Amino acid sequence: MNAKDMSVSRDAVADLDVMAANAHADAVAAQDSPPGRSKPQSAGQTIFHESARAQVAGAATYVDDIPVARGTLYAAPILSTVAHGKLLGVDAAAARAMPGVRGVILAADIPGDRLLGNFAHDEPVFAHETVQHVGQVIGLVVAESVMQARRAARKVLCRIEPLPAILTVQAALKAKNFVLPPVFVRRGDADAALKSARHTLEGTLEVGGQEHFYLEGQVAYVLPQEQNQWLIHSSTQHPGEVQHWVSHALAVDNHAVRVECRRMGGGFGGKETQAGHLAVWAAVAANKLRCPIKLRLDRDDDFMITGKRHPFAYAYTAGFDDTGRITGLKLTMAVNCGFSADLSGPVADRAIFHADNAYFLQDVEIASYRCKTNTQSHTAFRGFGGPQGMLVIETIMGDIARKLNVDPLDVRRRNFYVDDLVESLAGSGRTARKHGSDSGRADLAEGPRRNITHYGMTVEDNILDPLLSKLADTAQYRKRRQTIAAWNEKSEVVKRGIAITPVKFGISFTATLFNQAGALVHVYTDGSVQVNHGGTEMGQGLHTKVSQIVADELGVPFEKVIATASDTGKIPNASATAASAGTDLNARAAQYAARNVRDNLAQFVAGLDRCGAGAVRFTKGEVVTRVTTRPFTEVVKLAYANRIQLWSDGFYRTPKIHYDKTTLTGRPFYYFAYGAACTEVAIDTLTGESRVLKVDILHDVGTSINPAIDIGQIEGGFIQGMGWLTTEQLVWTDTGHLATHAPSTYKIPATGDVPEHFKVDLWHEPNREDNIFGSKAVGEPPLMLAISVFEALRDAIASTAPANSRVKLVAPATAEHVLKALKDAQSSLA
Amino acid sequence: MPLTAALFTMLRMKALPDDSVPIPRPLLRFVRRGEIVSLNNVPPSRTLLDLLRDDLGCTGTKEGCGEGDCGACTVVLGEDSGDGRLKYRAVNSCIRLAHSVDGLALWTVEDIAPTLPTACGSLPPEGAACRGSKPACAGLDGTQKDCVTQSGGLQGMRLRPGEAGSAAPAGDGKGSEPSLHPAQVAMVEAHGSQCGFCTPGFVMSLFGMYQNHVCKGKTITRALAQEELAGNLCRCTGYQPIFKAAQAMAALPVVAVDEAGVLSNLKLLAPGFTGLQRDSAYKLPKSLPDLLAARAAHPEAQLVAGCTDVGLWITKQHREFDHIIDLTQVAELRRIEHYPNHVAIGAAVPLADAYAALTEDRPQLKTFAARFAGLPVRNSGTLGGNVANGSPIGDSMPLLIAMRASIMLMSAHGHREMAVEDLYTGYRTNVMAADEVLAWVKVPKAGRPNPGLQIYKISKRFDDDISTVCLAIDVRVESGKVVHASIGAGGVAATPVRARKTEAALVGQPWTFATVQHAMATLRAEFSPISDMRASSDYRREVIGNLLQRYWFESQGMQQINLQSFTLEEAA
Repeated sequence: MNAKDMSVSRDAVADLDVMAANAHADAVAAQDSPPGRSKPQSAGQTIFHESARAQVAGAATYVDDIPVARGTLYAAPILSTVAHGKLLGVDAAAARAMPGVRGVILAADIPGDRLLGNFAHDEPVFAHETVQHVGQVIGLVVAESVMQARRAARKVLCRIEPLPAILTVQAALKAKNFVLPPVFVRRGDADAALKSARHTLEGTLEVGGQEHFYLEGQVAYVLPQEQNQWLIHSSTQHPGEVQHWVSHALAVDNHAVRVECRRMGGGFGGKETQAGHLAVWAAVAANKLRCPIKLRLDRDDDFMITGKRHPFAYAYTAGFDDTGRITGLKLTMAVNCGFSADLSGPVADRAIFHADNAYFLQDVEIASYRCKTNTQSHTAFRGFGGPQGMLVIETIMGDIARKLNVDPLDVRRRNFYVDDLVESLAGSGRTARKHGSDSGRADLAEGPRRNITHYGMTVEDNILDPLLSKLADTAQYRKRRQTIAAWNEKSEVVKRGIAITPVKFGISFTATLFNQAGALVHVYTDGSVQVNHGGTEMGQGLHTKVSQIVADELGVPFEKVIATASDTGKIPNASATAASAGTDLNARAAQYAARNVRDNLAQFVAGLDRCGAGAVRFTKGEVVTRVTTRPFTEVVKLAYANRIQLWSDGFYRTPKIHYDKTTLTGRPFYYFAYGAACTEVAIDTLTGESRVLKVDILHDVGTSINPAIDIGQIEGGFIQGMGWLTTEQLVWTDTGHLATHAPSTYKIPATGDVPEHFKVDLWHEPNREDNIFGSKAVGEPPLMLAISVFEALRDAIASTAPANSRVKLVAPATAEHVLKALKDAQSSLA
Repeated sequence: MPLTAALFTMLRMKALPDDSVPIPRPLLRFVRRGEIVSLNNVPPSRTLLDLLRDDLGCTGTKEGCGEGDCGACTVVLGEDSGDGRLKYRAVNSCIRLAHSVDGLALWTVEDIAPTLPTACGSLPPEGAACRGSKPACAGLDGTQKDCVTQSGGLQGMRLRPGEAGSAAPAGDGKGSEPSLHPAQVAMVEAHGSQCGFCTPGFVMSLFGMYQNHVCKGKTITRALAQEELAGNLCRCTGYQPIFKAAQAMAALPVVAVDEAGVLSNLKLLAPGFTGLQRDSAYKLPKSLPDLLAARAAHPEAQLVAGCTDVGLWITKQHREFDHIIDLTQVAELRRIEHYPNHVAIGAAVPLADAYAALTEDRPQLKTFAARFAGLPVRNSGTLGGNVANGSPIGDSMPLLIAMRASIMLMSAHGHREMAVEDLYTGYRTNVMAADEVLAWVKVPKAGRPNPGLQIYKISKRFDDDISTVCLAIDVRVESGKVVHASIGAGGVAATPVRARKTEAALVGQPWTFATVQHAMATLRAEFSPISDMRASSDYRREVIGNLLQRYWFESQGMQQINLQSFTLEEAA
């Protein structure tokens, strides 16, 4: 069986028929508000998370809480202790002799392909022949209790002959050690632009990775069923992929594997692919031992095994004019992918797509190297390369401002996308290539305009200029900047800094084919409603929002709708709940499903009341026509008695998008989500310690389906991003061991890190594209608001040095890194 | 409602190796849901979390990290405070040994709603009987019979869906939803749970705050919530809604613990129980002579106090102990005794209480005290344990060294006293004999306000983190000259250390910046810190000197120079 049959990757080439399909979807989408639907009662309201009551009572079930079936055994992983080496043999005799041990599972026990069924097909299920990072899983020990298995797993002796290991991205780049070929994106002539630029600035930057630290660690519980069928409880953002990978490893058809996930205790991208490994490992063990197997990773093992956010290293040269407007940019991004491709290709692509953030890059050249190192295989993490793309351009903006000695906010606004003609500064031959034929704008004018991204998409929905104006006003940015400067003059030890940074984040999977979703809506004869869709619930409130939409579509109270566990047996071939698109896709699909049921009911009622189906309204638990008002429950009973179908499917595909991977151009995103944050920090110049003092956020969620949930995403995303850039430091030793492998050494933000002033406002404007309820995606974009923390820290550091000084700060901005930056700033004039 | 989870018998249970430990296991008894729970055959190394989840089938309490750093496993313990009231402590159940709650009251997230759900604890999980040793319920006389049950538990206003204080939206009018405790209602209404996995731990920390603050009429401020919730990590919310929940609890309808009922149950557990059953695998001596006798008889046994480090040896190093001596219930060692010139803190005194005593006449240390781990660890771990454990990055020792504190080692043969720094011989090694117990920490009284004493901690995160470096300084200046210098440091050597050379560089010198600069150089040269995941040796060396400079600045009246306590008001 070929891996490519089993699964597709985000970066698969777009479907050729997509344009035609989208035309149909557009037509369907245009019917978003047919006459039968009344004013929404649920959507737009703050409604408590559908599981909140159960969660606070300890009654919400996670995979490890499911009562175990008779005969269940427990597995623990055998880990490589060498970063790179030849695996000569595995001696499990001592482990087998330990109390309770029932089996040792190795690569030879895999009935199907020994490589995972992922797109790149470059990752062994269990290491065999070679080991490629410390923590790589070589096999499992299975025992009667978790602790027996874990104890025995450490007694397994792996004979490994060490090979030279590549442990840093710089070493990988030098050795041209890549998991995927480099990608180059060019527009205009960057070299010529830099040559003729009024000012140029060269620099480097490094940003570390980030551990997801979902509170619920990775877990899978595999139950063999009759006739070589499999039931898998997995804490996963992508049940479909778990299904595909397990069927690939067990050499059974997809239909023999059912994967279920009621909820995750946090995902953040860490359970997009990584959950699949656990399920495959447990399934191989369950297949060999013919019993249910639960595999729940100890937290330290979770850190050692699973991938993180990709660390990046950058080198750049930026050219700009006296006003700070960028005229040319050459940027190299070296992406530390770890030992396999996993999702590194699309992550690195998204970093390219967001290297502009909010800014028009006229003549630009970006080189992206997908470096292979002997570390964990880095993976999806909220933002998916977007944060790493934005961070570098934001630091360039800050550098330009300091070099010109102007307010960084002015430099940022000066570079915003605008619907103006591109000014021809130096070489008249250098103009933007025309892309995005569907945008129209560029074709009308007499030349290229400053609203076309470096990948050829026209930015049509830009609201950043008014948004930043408003935020700067409400946060009193200008005044505070002066106050802070005066305060810093008098404060010898502590220095404060402030920054506003914008976010423009593209919404849609860049692999167009993933932008599809399905749902089922069932109405039972008592009028209660069940909705099931292909998305997964990881705390983000997806089930709540989908239920709100379904409730409104049927005109029933929110309480009448229950969202059930994600299940590959209900919705097949569902995409990962990722790319912030969970609600956009699944709520729309659920809306269509509910609409189908409602249409059935409306037609039935229209027949009873002799009116048009369009005149039947569904509202507040009632079905209303000009002649009669009936309770929804009564209509349902009547309809059932008259053999009307009370359940339906729904299907949605995102319109307008297309993206050509070979030329890296097109419209990969349906729309952009925007936001900005104003952050004030303080640093201690004696120790490098820092604190975030004050944060004001203005963020764009379109018309919010559930303001409390959206604000929760914004606050949580900001704090998570703040952690990435401040306290969350991953440290690998020179033998490739991850030294920060538990919360004792890896520090995510705690209560004391939350700024005392932390204000979030929503931008009140609906999505300009036709999206569910006029809303915008909110999962990932707010994380990047935290780049304002990094820029505020650099602002504070700059205050200690003469004007025009360069601030070289390595991210995360630990106390040590800040202290080093303080020293460097004193000595390096730009 | 009988806690039938505890009722399954040992009949037909497979004799597994876990059960073959020759030393009998004592009965484990605690009060839960107003009833006495009696469990037999609980292994000495069993953690409280595993007991709850695996043996009792109560899966509401979660494991996030298994090392007491995330708080998802937080439960609340209650004990008789001696004044007719209960004392409540939120603790980490993942590194707490099950037997350590013997004689205490226990609440989990499943126990605090006024109307309890019935799902948890009604039956052992399916297949449990084949999974190694299982506790079984026994009567007080040790025979198999129904658990002793007492009415009681939580009582208070019943909440109806849709009312203020009820957590709609589940209010569907059917009344089938269990009512919730204010800690739970507030979390729902403030949108304090997203993925929900940390939520049970937060709810229990909030329950502890409810009992310790709200029920005593004290206001929970945002700052207090930040301080007391620092041991609970949330990856979803950014904490803001959880602070709101903490502050909202007081306005909700009261739900009170039936303290009299719990206390009378606790009394039932007390009599006739010495904690020193012969040949018991888990010894909980109640008196110092019993402790010392047990230690003398079993030098091979693992001695534990709050188990906040030994717990990790079990969960992370997978160690098993056949024999444990737990000193946390030794009456003498639970005391803080005030003498004219010193305070003696017993080795069983939790860090939270010990630091309260230490900061009583040294208020400048309060913020530092709150930065020692998180509250659940401070509620379990003891000062004596922190000192005896001797981690080079333990936070108490630099402070105690600078305070010129001493420790009292005791054995059945006698006792000896020494300076804290003299306890250590190397990385996690010390002078204690196999039969000795660290019984007391003796801290000189400040006598008068002692502003000269300061302690600085550098860590990646302000709260609930381990020191990169820690420096405690006590300098007294008379007539412009340094008459006393006492400096303790952590994170710069294999043990906590006293900076004797730096002290020498200060004593007798004029208190000037020149003197300080010389002392900074001495301090940087005095130790050879290592590079590790917390920081490089260069950073540690540089910063420890800079902390002495911070001390100098503060002595000169400079303010707003420590971000540990930097607030917006100051910045305004």
